[in-house]
Amino acid sequence: MEVATKKGWNREEMAQNIAHDIPDGSYVNLGIGMPELVANYIPANREVVFHTENGLLGIGPSPAEGQEDDEMINAGKKPVTANKGAAFFHHADSFAMIRGGHIDICVLGAFQISENGDLANWSTGEPKAIPAVGGAMDLVQGVKHVIIITKHTTKDGTPKIVKECSYPLTGTKVVDRIYTDLAIIDVTDKGLFVKEMAPGVDFEALQRKTDAHLNQY
Amino acid sequence: MINKVVQTASEAVADVFDGATVMISGFGEAGSPIELIHALIDHGAKNLTIVSNNTGNGHVGLAALIGNRQVRKMICSFPRTAHSVVFPELYKKGEIELELVPQGTLAERIRSGGAGIPAFYTPTSVNTPLAEGKETKEIDGNLYVLEYGLKADFSLVKCRTADRHGNLLYNKTARNFGPIMCMAAKAAIVQAKEVVDLGMIDPETVVTPGIFVNKVIEIANPLSENQLIKEERRYPWR
Repeated sequence: MEVATKKGWNREEMAQNIAHDIPDGSYVNLGIGMPELVANYIPANREVVFHTENGLLGIGPSPAEGQEDDEMINAGKKPVTANKGAAFFHHADSFAMIRGGHIDICVLGAFQISENGDLANWSTGEPKAIPAVGGAMDLVQGVKHVIIITKHTTKDGTPKIVKECSYPLTGTKVVDRIYTDLAIIDVTDKGLFVKEMAPGVDFEALQRKTDAHLNQY
Repeated sequence: MINKVVQTASEAVADVFDGATVMISGFGEAGSPIELIHALIDHGAKNLTIVSNNTGNGHVGLAALIGNRQVRKMICSFPRTAHSVVFPELYKKGEIELELVPQGTLAERIRSGGAGIPAFYTPTSVNTPLAEGKETKEIDGNLYVLEYGLKADFSLVKCRTADRHGNLLYNKTARNFGPIMCMAAKAAIVQAKEVVDLGMIDPETVVTPGIFVNKVIEIANPLSENQLIKEERRYPWR
């Protein structure tokens, strides 16, 4: 059966892998969707401050049902709370934090990542699609460490880690590390290096699912 | 005596003219001045250029203004959201113009417009389709894109507390674009949940100093866009 032979990490485990690598004291911006899971797995002995570009540092847990506030939301427009020590600010200050290099880590999704760290994550370039970019282009330029969380391939098995992105770019040479369901991969000046593979995944199989060339440390 | 407080939303938006550029605060519903937008629909000014992060939800507020065909062009960063139905339909038919701007660039263009800075260089969008046709410059070995400040004839902004001088306090993440949009408009029109006596706002806590504000109207119980969408309401009410 397909399920019995399935290899790799699930979404929660991918988020845990990232959370495990976020140092104590970091200021972190999480993108919309799968990146949001990372907040659930920060070890209890670390203090990490989460930033949302719509004007809050110190995002707390989701509010209890019935306690939601329409004026207290994250970038995905989902209700959130504020932790002790939180701060509100306007959009220009928020993006000064991002562009100005004050945020340590951001975690984003991706359509494609190239072997030199180019990222495509805002548009598939279809002519009928309505383009929307949000804060992605600011985040990849300004945040110190840009981390990607993504399935290793698309649903039909097409590699997402490619020699060169075919979709419209979000930024060039911006990605630092990729966490997929199959591996953790560093983007370096010398190319892509596999830092860790999921249980049951071997290097040759990983390379077959990757368009770009992979290196071993 | 300075008294920026007006009594009705229609009086607040009365000066908006056809072809005006209008900034509208809000990140989704949070901070969106729905009563002022509805007053602008009643007022009827057409051919507007709207600067706002999104394009409205359902058939109320900003979406209703667009649906009422008063908007020629949208300048925004994220025009498609879960409940955005009006803008996508008009855009696909080619009946509304879109200038897509990265969110941080949008914020900084607005801030600059209000701060007397005509243009600036930013790393955002370098080497992407959104930088095509724009001037670039290498500074200290890195490439930057030239972006121009944005000004408006009017801005419509929502806040929590105001006084008659126009000093403003906001509410949580509903602050978003409000402070910078007040700065960037010739006339900033603000709806506040409460208007308090002069002196009641601690000067240490003022977020928008009154110099940036022209008109204030008290809307004690603003409509909830979320609720209206759940009820499938449309503006103008029918």
